[in-house]
Amino acid sequence: MNKNILTAGDKDFLEESENEHKKKKRDSTREKRRRRNGRRKRSSSSAEGEKELKERSDYKDRGRRKSLKNEKRPKRSERDEGNWGQTMHKTPKKKKSMNTKTRKINNNEEEEAKERMKKKHGRAKSDEKKENKDKAKEKTQEPKKKKHKKVVESSSEQETSEEEDDKETNDDDEVRPECLSPEELEKLKEAVEEKKKLIQSLKGKPWPMKKKLVTLRESQEFVEKYEGALGKGKGRKLYAYKVMMTKKWVKFQRDFENFKTACIPWEMKIKEIESHFGSSVASYFIFLRWMYGINMILFGLTFGLVMVPEALMGRPYGSIPRKTVPRAEEASAMDFAVLWDFKGYAQYSVLFYGFYNNQRAVGWLKFRMPLSYFLVGVGTVAYSYMVVIRTMARNANESGIGDDNSFNFSWKMFTSWDYLIGNPETADNKKDYFLFLLRIKEAILEEQESRKDDNIHLTRFLRVLANFLVLCCLAGSGYLIYFVVRRSQKFTLEGLENHTWWERNEVNMVMSLLGMFCPMLFDVISTLENYHPRVALQWQLGRIFALFLGNLYTFIIALMDEINLKRKEETIVKFNITTWETSLYNSSMSGNVTAPPVTIHPADVPRGPCWETMVGQEFVRLIISDTMTTYITLLIGDFLRAVLVRFLNYCWCWDLEAGFPSYSEFDVSGNVLGLIFNQGMIWMGSFYAPCLPALNVLRLHVSMYLQCWAVMCCNVPQERVFKASGSNNFYMAMLLVILFLSTLPAIYTIVTIPPSFDCGPFSGKNRMFDVIQETLESDFPAWFSKVFSYASNPGLVLPFILLMVLAIYYLQSTSKSYKEANVELKKKLQMQNEENKKKNKQAALKAQMDLEEARKAATQAAEHRRNNNASFQSQEVKVEENHGRNDRNHNGRYGCSSAGGSASQPSVRGPISRCYSNRGNSQYLPGLSQQTNPRIYRTPSLQSH
Amino acid sequence: MGNKQTIFTAQQLDAYQDCTYFTRKEILRLFYRYRDLAPQLVPLDYTNHPDVKLPYELIGSMPELKDNPFRQRIAEVFSEDGQGNMTLNDFLDMFSVLSEMAPRDLKAYYAFKIYDFNDDDFICKSDLEKTLNKLTRNELTEDEVRMVCEKVIDEADLDNDGRLSLEDFQHMIVRAPDFLRYRNSDT
Repeated sequence: MNKNILTAGDKDFLEESENEHKKKKRDSTREKRRRRNGRRKRSSSSAEGEKELKERSDYKDRGRRKSLKNEKRPKRSERDEGNWGQTMHKTPKKKKSMNTKTRKINNNEEEEAKERMKKKHGRAKSDEKKENKDKAKEKTQEPKKKKHKKVVESSSEQETSEEEDDKETNDDDEVRPECLSPEELEKLKEAVEEKKKLIQSLKGKPWPMKKKLVTLRESQEFVEKYEGALGKGKGRKLYAYKVMMTKKWVKFQRDFENFKTACIPWEMKIKEIESHFGSSVASYFIFLRWMYGINMILFGLTFGLVMVPEALMGRPYGSIPRKTVPRAEEASAMDFAVLWDFKGYAQYSVLFYGFYNNQRAVGWLKFRMPLSYFLVGVGTVAYSYMVVIRTMARNANESGIGDDNSFNFSWKMFTSWDYLIGNPETADNKKDYFLFLLRIKEAILEEQESRKDDNIHLTRFLRVLANFLVLCCLAGSGYLIYFVVRRSQKFTLEGLENHTWWERNEVNMVMSLLGMFCPMLFDVISTLENYHPRVALQWQLGRIFALFLGNLYTFIIALMDEINLKRKEETIVKFNITTWETSLYNSSMSGNVTAPPVTIHPADVPRGPCWETMVGQEFVRLIISDTMTTYITLLIGDFLRAVLVRFLNYCWCWDLEAGFPSYSEFDVSGNVLGLIFNQGMIWMGSFYAPCLPALNVLRLHVSMYLQCWAVMCCNVPQERVFKASGSNNFYMAMLLVILFLSTLPAIYTIVTIPPSFDCGPFSGKNRMFDVIQETLESDFPAWFSKVFSYASNPGLVLPFILLMVLAIYYLQSTSKSYKEANVELKKKLQMQNEENKKKNKQAALKAQMDLEEARKAATQAAEHRRNNNASFQSQEVKVEENHGRNDRNHNGRYGCSSAGGSASQPSVRGPISRCYSNRGNSQYLPGLSQQTNPRIYRTPSLQSH
Repeated sequence: MGNKQTIFTAQQLDAYQDCTYFTRKEILRLFYRYRDLAPQLVPLDYTNHPDVKLPYELIGSMPELKDNPFRQRIAEVFSEDGQGNMTLNDFLDMFSVLSEMAPRDLKAYYAFKIYDFNDDDFICKSDLEKTLNKLTRNELTEDEVRMVCEKVIDEADLDNDGRLSLEDFQHMIVRAPDFLRYRNSDT
């Protein structure tokens, strides 16, 4: 390549030098402008790249003549490609007239050129640099140019080298910053900005690390060096200050980022699991961690704003009846069995609703306890809604890109390998998956063709049957729970002490067992249906969801019954208490009037059944039993099984590891559903038992470690790959549904049922939300409550709701239209693609034909000329070395238009060939005749498509 | 921050943080991973840029790569000498690109290089066949392989030259719904 360029360049130079000589004097006054041109040219289009390539070799060859060249180049840059050809025709004429005058100089030049040609390869880079430095400041463009051309040669390195160019230019500029024009300053500033941008985007560059490091160091040095020099005078200080601040800011950001990543818990554990089990299992743990985060915040709210203030500032334990264990229970209040059931001391503690006093303000802070309790309950739900919906929206944004399947096979091929996986078993599965998908695809196509007539009835029947069975299961489990709850109520009425442990914990146990075994049953049933596995999985998830939901709601309905019972009991107790009080009052009255009033120990005061505490207790017990079942199944189902399989395998008749029991898989969907329902119960119960978020945090924390350990030690990766990415929003949607369904009963109880008269922060009020009104009336100025009452009257609220509905409708319709437009665009794009493909195919065919023709012609021509070729080349060299002057003469005489002239005279052919190489850059092979042109044209035409 | 580590200077660590998607801690951890592959070869002091290379055999035996059918290609693409022998720089580079923080474009670029077995800047049919065979461990029949390869080229080749250029590949791969999906840490 070098050789070619070199010769071409030399010829170029021979002509140019003449031009230069002519123009030198004339143009010297325009030097300054040209310098600027040169600058501009730095960013000129790549069309000039090839020209520059030639120029570059000139520079390398001619150190001393750079001043001349410098004059020539800007001029050239002003012309476009078309003009270039014209000048080529013009210059020979001028040359001719100049010939006699400049012959001597030309001679000199030529000799020098030859000399340099020999030297060229030996010349070290340092030489060039030295030369550059010798040049006056006006030539600062030179090194940059040179480098830029080097870039063109070495292709992909473009960007760095460009940066280096800038750097060098600026280096020279910056030697004397005071003589910079504002324009140049601006440039420098730009360069600095560019560098900064480069530093930021460096990690995204596909370069080897070494290059990145070098570039980084250089740009950093550059920025450091010139940043301060920028902005002289008044702006300078400000600029320097700004720069310093940004530096500090960046450093702070980085530290903060480091700190943040250090704060994300269990990152390593999850990574490790992901590397063994793939991203789907890891997604469960990431979900778990997300849940943990949410629960931490809920816990913070309830703990910080409800539990701690009441415990620290409220009345202490034993001061009032609601904070004291009743006399009847005192004996067993500290027993573990009682505490485990969250009775005894646990019931009369800060953990449950009933403990809280209805004192309006507690402590020296005048903390509004009941208000805080109410607002925290509302805030918990509101925050959960916000987080879930925000996450859903983000997920939807993310997954909204690729849902067309125009690259079906390509995607399967290139994305099936998960680079993050490092376990042979998973690798096997993935491979199977790939094969499986391919085959399923074909199978589905065949199925659709063949199954249309006879088979479909059977499948339909089976599916209906399966759904019927599932419905039966759901109904049965619902009835079972209802039955059990009813029975347990009867037991409670009779007194729990007479019953066995099973009878006392029947409800929770039945619910947990149902949750454990029904999914297995569903799994068996779903084999009847013969769905595509992905669809089957969705059905399975939906069914488990329905089961859990049904169980939960049966439980809630039963609970409602119990609440009503308790409220009936309450009215009786209330009546009893009034009679008790009057009797007490009478007895004290009957005695000495002046005697101190009889002090009754709070434990002896009769009290009503606090239904809120009862609800809270139920939920806490449910959570506890659920957690226990989860852990126990984990230990037995996974750990024990794994141990048995592992060790019994030595003395068993068949291969246990590969055969029937095998190791268990990690069931992502089941676990996620369990997590979601657990969270639903937390949301439902946390109003009546402030301790629930704390319990849940504890549970999730333990789960994290236990499940991580169980997965790593006794599970095998699952057969059915459940893609994490596609189902994220599915989980989230379930979570949202659960959130909605679990807030419904809580809100219903808050709004419709009056609170107990003698326990909890709202005791004595008609409804729980009255606390808001009370606060408004007594804590805010009168005008505020007035405004509030005006704002809350139906005349204002209804239009507001109407407005919101309209806004929702409007947004919905716009989003719909956007979606439609999107689909339309996608369709268009696809059509265009297909059209392009067709066009390309045609173009390719045509080009191929052209190429064939050209080849034929070329081979013919080559044969024709083969005899001459050898002599031709040797002649060329000779001519170049010895008859340089002649060359120019010939050049002038024949010009380039004489291409294809007769081959009889070797001395004439030399210049002709040279003409080619000067003129068309594309024709780089001197020996190639004109007929090969089609080939050269074709390449760009193909690439442009 | 801790002054206890003397493996890198602060500048080096900063530079690595600028050049990769890792934090300080992760870089140090990766260094230890690297060192654990050959404790006798890798010094504990990198402040003067020692020229250490680990042979491919060691790199390929890492658990992350051990079972990857493309491990040789990955090592080759990321190593400076193209033979799979890696310096610490190459090692960090590799993990940076394969980490989940790296953007799709960057991954697509390197994935292209990995799939381009013969280094001709195009994924041609032979590359596709190699890929497919590595993925399926030669369990597809020749006909199937050919069919799939044709299908892939038919789908993704936009300029109809019978092979996939980098543009074709990127065009196809960045639309893929699960191409090394960028996951955010909270879902």
